[in-house]
Amino acid sequence: MKMPVPNARVLSDKARIVARLRAVLPEGAVIDDPSETRAYECDALSAYRCPPLCAVLPATTEEVAAVLKICNEAGVPVVPRGSGTSLAGGALPTADSVILGVARLNAVLETDYDNRFIRVQTGRTNLSVTGAVEADGFFYAPDPSSQLACAIAGNIAMNSGGAHCLKYGVTTNNLLGVRMVMMDGTVVDLGGAHMDAGGLDLLGLICGSEGQLGVVTEATLRILPKPEGARPVLVGFDSNEVAGQCVSDIIRAGVLPVAIEFMDRPCIEATEDFAKAGYPQCEALLIIEVEGSDAEIAEQLELIKGIAQAHNPVELREATSADEAARIWLGRKSAFGAMGQINDYMCLDGTIPVSELPYVLRRIGEMSKEYGLGVGNVFHAGDGNMHPLILYNANTPGDLEKCEAFGADILKLCVEVGGCLTGEHGVGIEKRDLMRVQYAPEDLEVQMAVKDVFDPGWLLNPAKVFPLDDSASRRVAAE
Amino acid sequence: MPSPTTEEELSGIIAGAEGPFRILGGGTRPIGRPVQGTPLSVAGLSGITLYEPGALTMVVRAGTPLDQIEAALWAENQRLPFEPMDHRPLLGTSGTPTIGGVIAGNISGPRRVQAGAARDYMLGVRFVDGAGRILKNGGRVMKNVTGYDLVKLMTGSWGTLGVMTEVSLKVLPRPGAAATLSLTGLDDATAVRAMAAALGSPFDVSGVAHDPAAGETLIRVEGFATSVAYRAGRLSELLAPFGAANVSDDVEGVRARWREIRDVQTMAGQPGDVWRLSVKPSDAPGIVARAGAEQVLYDWGGGLVWLRLAEGTDLRARLGAFGGHATLIRASAETRAAIAPFHPDPAPVAALSEGLRKRFDPKEVLNPRLML
Ligand SMILES: Cc1cc2nc3c(=O)[nH]c(=O)nc-3n(C[C@H](O)[C@H](O)[C@H](O)COP(=O)(O)OP(=O)(O)OC[C@H]3O[C@@H](n4cnc5c(N)ncnc54)[C@H](O)[C@@H]3O)c2cc1C
Repeated sequence: MKMPVPNARVLSDKARIVARLRAVLPEGAVIDDPSETRAYECDALSAYRCPPLCAVLPATTEEVAAVLKICNEAGVPVVPRGSGTSLAGGALPTADSVILGVARLNAVLETDYDNRFIRVQTGRTNLSVTGAVEADGFFYAPDPSSQLACAIAGNIAMNSGGAHCLKYGVTTNNLLGVRMVMMDGTVVDLGGAHMDAGGLDLLGLICGSEGQLGVVTEATLRILPKPEGARPVLVGFDSNEVAGQCVSDIIRAGVLPVAIEFMDRPCIEATEDFAKAGYPQCEALLIIEVEGSDAEIAEQLELIKGIAQAHNPVELREATSADEAARIWLGRKSAFGAMGQINDYMCLDGTIPVSELPYVLRRIGEMSKEYGLGVGNVFHAGDGNMHPLILYNANTPGDLEKCEAFGADILKLCVEVGGCLTGEHGVGIEKRDLMRVQYAPEDLEVQMAVKDVFDPGWLLNPAKVFPLDDSASRRVAAE
Repeated sequence: MPSPTTEEELSGIIAGAEGPFRILGGGTRPIGRPVQGTPLSVAGLSGITLYEPGALTMVVRAGTPLDQIEAALWAENQRLPFEPMDHRPLLGTSGTPTIGGVIAGNISGPRRVQAGAARDYMLGVRFVDGAGRILKNGGRVMKNVTGYDLVKLMTGSWGTLGVMTEVSLKVLPRPGAAATLSLTGLDDATAVRAMAAALGSPFDVSGVAHDPAAGETLIRVEGFATSVAYRAGRLSELLAPFGAANVSDDVEGVRARWREIRDVQTMAGQPGDVWRLSVKPSDAPGIVARAGAEQVLYDWGGGLVWLRLAEGTDLRARLGAFGGHATLIRASAETRAAIAPFHPDPAPVAALSEGLRKRFDPKEVLNPRLML
């Protein structure tokens, strides 16, 4: 993956830039010692690493504004960072950039059950948002698998989703407002505790903008009352096609499960070895979860089981206790970890129309043979968001490149059948140069024009999202 | 009036513009600052391009009549979850509402509290910008974070950033059963508390409205029949401190009642201007008390307030600062020219919006100044 050549002027100006940043931040909030900046050299796309010029850890919106003002004046690129769990290289620094980490901005500012929102600083982790309201019977719905670690800041920047977004939507559907600092230090508030935007939906634009339009320091999030209960069923099938058809039939029947997760044989086998969840050995399995009171759950599950039975499942297992429910989820939740035990892996995130599932899975299987790299599929089937995990060996020369080529082919396939490159992880550097597969030049041009409005100097996370060639003239103009 | 039937034709018309256009779908929602310009109709771009009930997705050209979409969905027991309001009764307009108009205005109804707004169901968009470029963003899949979300930006931009030609929508199953609980005689502040209690319960309430004149506070649940009965029962218990709830579960009746709320039927044909307030629900009664309105309707548990006031009243001046925004929805063209119909943004936000308009509509030909 190519990254731009660092700006020599900035590199040689390091001492002065660091001194200016130290002058506006508390003791210890500017990290420039190479042994310490290393901690910020990558995110979860760890194949790519580069220590930043320095990292800053502001603790207030005002401090963020002061940092951005200095960087803007000095023409220094800034890479915002939450918890660094991006799988797309969204938080990857360049050598001439300042990492702006929001980890110290982690307070709960306001909790309001009557109006059902929570206002937090964005360095707070996803799970700890739910943690702050759980005891009172509420939760924050978007639940990325990384929720223990990832920050609301990253969730907003990537418009992250989770297993339960079939029913509750992704981040953008649960975000009511933000406080954001622009590259020139201006602070803007978008949205708030009310339900819809006044003028243009700038809030909707910010969500998913991958840290390229502004640094989000506070967020007002919608919280929901916890359902009375939830229960999963597990259904195993002897082909991907049948499992895919079953998903479609369930949706058509008018039930809206909170989650429909899909795992294929390679993934089932890996997780079984790793987590011993007691999954049936079969070609495909679905985990379908519904919510409500006991009677409501029973009613929905009856319907779902009826539909599943019509597809001759090799196994149909209903959780009858919390313990059984946890076991059903156990394999799914450890799927990534299990695959990681076997090998290094790259996790893709293409999304396809649900109707194309069987075809796409078959093609991925064929390509896997052609490339000679194993792949397991575990994904959110209800919304077509696939997560093929391609296995490779980082120590084998050429394997990473082969894996990336395979990944690119899968993503092209997703676009070909009417889908997209990324459903929830974002473009970052990973899918940057594939953007032309999905978008025509003018479609990318208009998106870059949006960045021109928010960040005319192209200093915020500049080498991401758009193919480097396409953004080159703008980035060079910024230097 | 130009009424292109293809995207290319529309693009040619806009690229060759010699003056501003007033973009029309069905023309049933004359909202915003009156636009001086040549009417340009999108109604010729019509038809459902793709409907996959098993994938909960529909792709449809922007000029397609809403009726046609709703009929197609009905046949598959599905619906547009965001329950778009029909503005004809309130605004006294006639014509055929189109999906393009719904999306351009981010028009949502009572179910917004539970299901979300029109913007939350928008998956993709094709549009022609003010320079005549044919552009697309998003797609037709339910999750998509590929590049910036211009889909959201276009939704609710009232034709000022581009003329939409096609939209992709997520749709949802239409439940077979529904019930309305009604409480009577609550004052506004108590009603908002009752609505908050309902919304804060796990019983998946899909509508919460309060009509002070009728003295009625309404709460809706929808779903499978047994589940609706169960939740209506539990909500009655929960709301007992606010009085005995009357439960009506005749589906047709429930549907008709919420259509009245959705369309603010009680203010139709009544004199004066109509304002729409978006606020934090618990703030609503206090704001209403300051508004001195002749008639009020609370929807979204108080998050949306409809106010009828004497013609030409500048509600914002009367209210002073508050969190949220006030939009003048119904008023004479003179009033809508004199009082900004859309709530003015704070300066830095206004500068961003202005910057975007310059990029999307450099010649100022698309509904210029409608939102200012
Ligand atoms: C094991 C694992 C499982 C995962 N599962 C899921 C999943 O189920 N669903 C899902 O959607 N994702 C998932 N992810 C991806 C990742 O966790 C999400 O993208 C997450 O939202 C990133 O949050 P973060 O705080 O770690 O952000 P970072 O990685 O620090 O940054 C991500 C992006 O946000 C920008 N950014 C950070 N802070 C700010 C700010 N304050 N203002 C503006 N921009 C900012 C960065 O510049 C970068 O572009 C997973 C990752 C891992 C490693």
